[in-house]
Amino acid sequence: MNPRHVSLRSGVYADSVRLMQVSREIGDRPGVSAVLVAMATPLNLELAAGMGLAPDGDPKPDQLLIALTATDDAELTAAVAAVEAALAHREKAGDAQTIPPRTIGAGLVDAPDPTLAIISVPGPYAAAEAADAIAAGRSVLVFSDGVPVEQEIALKQAAHDAGVLVMGPDCGTAIVSGVALGFANVVRRGPVGLVAASGTGAQQVSSLLDAAGVGVSHVLGVGGRDLSAAVGGLATLDALAALDADPATERVLLVSKPPAPDVAERVQQAAAGLSVPVRSAVLSAEQPDLTAAVEALLGDLGVAVPEWPSRPGTADAVPPGAVLKGFYSGGTLADEAMLIAAPVLGDIRSNTPLRPELDLGTDLRARGHVVIDFGDDALTVGRAHPMIDPTLRLEAISNLAAGREPAVLLLDVVLGHGSDPDPAHSLVPALRAAGLPAVVALVGTEADPQGWSRQADALAEAGAAVFASNAAAARYALSLIGESDV
Amino acid sequence: MSEPLGGLLAAPPSIVAAGVEVFSAALRDQGTAVTHVDWRPPGFGSADDLAQLALDPRRAPANRVAVERVLAAGSVLVDVRPAREVLDLPDRLLLHSGPPLTWENASGPMRGALIGACLFEGWATDVEDAERVLAAGEVALDPCHHHRTVGPMAGVTSPSMWMWCLQDPATGAQAWCNLNEGLGKVLRMGAFNEEVLTRLAWMRDVLGPVLQQAVRSRTEPLDVKAILAQMLQMGDEGHNRNRAGSLMALRELSPSIVAVDAPSSDIAEVLRFIGGNEHFFLNLGMPTAKLAMDAARGVPGSTMLTVMSRNGTEFGIQTAGTGDRWFTGPANTPVGLFLGDYGPEDANPDIGDSAIMETYGVGGFSMAAAPAIVRFVGGTVPDALATTERMYQLTLAENPAMQIPIMGFRGSPTGIDVLKVARTGWLPQINTGMAGRVAGTGQVGAGLVQPPQQCFEQALAALAEESRAAS
Repeated sequence: MNPRHVSLRSGVYADSVRLMQVSREIGDRPGVSAVLVAMATPLNLELAAGMGLAPDGDPKPDQLLIALTATDDAELTAAVAAVEAALAHREKAGDAQTIPPRTIGAGLVDAPDPTLAIISVPGPYAAAEAADAIAAGRSVLVFSDGVPVEQEIALKQAAHDAGVLVMGPDCGTAIVSGVALGFANVVRRGPVGLVAASGTGAQQVSSLLDAAGVGVSHVLGVGGRDLSAAVGGLATLDALAALDADPATERVLLVSKPPAPDVAERVQQAAAGLSVPVRSAVLSAEQPDLTAAVEALLGDLGVAVPEWPSRPGTADAVPPGAVLKGFYSGGTLADEAMLIAAPVLGDIRSNTPLRPELDLGTDLRARGHVVIDFGDDALTVGRAHPMIDPTLRLEAISNLAAGREPAVLLLDVVLGHGSDPDPAHSLVPALRAAGLPAVVALVGTEADPQGWSRQADALAEAGAAVFASNAAAARYALSLIGESDV
Repeated sequence: MSEPLGGLLAAPPSIVAAGVEVFSAALRDQGTAVTHVDWRPPGFGSADDLAQLALDPRRAPANRVAVERVLAAGSVLVDVRPAREVLDLPDRLLLHSGPPLTWENASGPMRGALIGACLFEGWATDVEDAERVLAAGEVALDPCHHHRTVGPMAGVTSPSMWMWCLQDPATGAQAWCNLNEGLGKVLRMGAFNEEVLTRLAWMRDVLGPVLQQAVRSRTEPLDVKAILAQMLQMGDEGHNRNRAGSLMALRELSPSIVAVDAPSSDIAEVLRFIGGNEHFFLNLGMPTAKLAMDAARGVPGSTMLTVMSRNGTEFGIQTAGTGDRWFTGPANTPVGLFLGDYGPEDANPDIGDSAIMETYGVGGFSMAAAPAIVRFVGGTVPDALATTERMYQLTLAENPAMQIPIMGFRGSPTGIDVLKVARTGWLPQINTGMAGRVAGTGQVGAGLVQPPQQCFEQALAALAEESRAAS
């Protein structure tokens, strides 16, 4: 029969949970066959009896019962010692393990007086996170794309009712009180408020204003769909009203691709009712040019239009019959280039065409005049935006060179927070290798992390002509093609 | 005039961000305060259903109403009466814990308790006879929850058993629970031997009547909610540990008990029984939680749980927005510590209505309040704090009446939100006892358990469906 140890102790108390834990710990020792370390309550005495380990005498409930059997005496002695050690063991209280918040709602509880939520989770899940912010009375920037339009409407309606703003979905750019959110440039602060349904459009406008010595109060992105018939400008109207009430804002510029006509009318009416003057930079066949809109605004402010920064290229000989190849990362800038070039070149095929019949589909190698927006949702599925990840565009440049079609390459490079920290680093070798005449719209400021001049010099060194204005870049490209009479 | 956009444009923003870390890093580089949340794809639920509920304009106000009702509910002890009178039970009906159940799919401890109840009521002459009666459907079974009642473990309540009668003083609503038998070989754990039946008879013949007289003789009804609140500040969490609560209840009741017109030996036995039973208060805490959760029943659009409960076979939940509908899945088996030489193989799957405590925000949700039993949560005090921290992310409110000292007197995490459960992927934490899986065994241990995820999957889908129908 296995040796057994049964003892009772007085003046020792441990919580029943602690004792169950000690019992389990000792029971796990290989030489121990049964163990019960427990206060000698009637229930525990019954359990001990069932295990053949009943103590003698008249145990009291405030006594500690230690009862165990082991395979041999040595193990029994060791096990009893282990019970002593386990009972004596004290845990350190330690620091509370912090549990990071899993949702925007939980994050809002943890953060000290947050004023804004930024959401860049996958689109199908963005609405729930945004709804948390609105419910807490906070504005929200939804960077995510792929949010169903009916969810966008519901979010913006709820935000309107709560007196806050939903920027986005698919809002890449905003600046709030000098803080750049998402993709945004380091621009000086000043009197101009921007409401932008276009991220790169806002970056172009704010960078040019900065070059002219004029600052922005806030750049409020509203998302590319806000001025569609479905959404009806919900966020644009709220953003206009907020800027109107903001003491730092003296002028407002509305930057967008063409809105739905009835929405445009509604926005115009709302703008006319504000005390702050509102000018719009809305791209269309009639008003194709963001730079011109900035220049008009400078006129309103009584500020002289500067010579926009540029770097001349090394003017490669352009073969006759060269076509325009616009490889863009910004959708609005691509639109602007097409609107400027189409009256001169005629039809331009694109993945975001001016007219549906010019749709390029997925054929990025098509011949003829082509403008591609590499930032379009269809080309960013499962990969980072081309302002961060240049792979797809570099591949297209290399394919173009290999195809030997005579062409002028027109590119945008967008600087600022969130963008590639050194876009010239990968672009310069690609341009050198391609050996094509290249024109670059370099959108950004000297104060950007990448530095406008540093990037411009590197690109010019590689032979590209560089312009701070996309409109100027597009016109220069046309002049190289031989259509300088525009 | 208030500032535009809630002050958004007045000063550089501080930010909460979810998603791509690059944007948060860029903000920190600008010297902006950023809380980057540890976002993960939701644990379950279709993106459409999650968005449907997140954007349902009824949800926030409905949840506010539901949780305000929970917080507003009070609980005082007004009477002790036999179940037959209280519930107007027809003869040959037994109440049980959890969602609806049949004899065929009842687990060992549930069968044991049903057998014991049939013997106790004299509906069967011996165990075989009881099994026959139950198998033949001659005794009807119905969940306690269908009768504003809760029962720990098997929760089996028969007409002759006495019940605590609790009332919300504000609304007059009532909830009930049977009297706690103590530990070890007890009916609620599935034991039904002579000792169990003898104790039940004593409870029927002595304890119940004495308590009734004592409770009725008080000038002020006992404020049970106040005791529950004090327990949390005395090292109990109100589900697995009720030591302070039981002592406080005894302190409150004993002057009336000793004044009852009964033999002093009976009085002494009653006081000894209560004093020797650390879980005596559990059966007062549970109907207190039940009163609060029932107050939130039937709030369309609310995604808050009103019931978590298990019958030893299935785990079931109900929500404020879906009324009396049960959403069920197979009950998990608790993990924990065992009495004597019992081990994991002896434990029955999760059983009992006592998860009403977690539904109310105490028990496992207030684990941090009970350092003496934190080892159930995996060992350490920091783990206990972390458990409660996680539960705050599943709940709609902090109950100001139920404060947890070690959390800086934050209120307990209250009002479990199905949507938050789905989004975080964290399931509610429940502290529980463990019954032996073989009928007649009794208690084998205590530990931790979580509901099966599928209950919440079903509830989420049903709430989304209801939301679509309403919009």
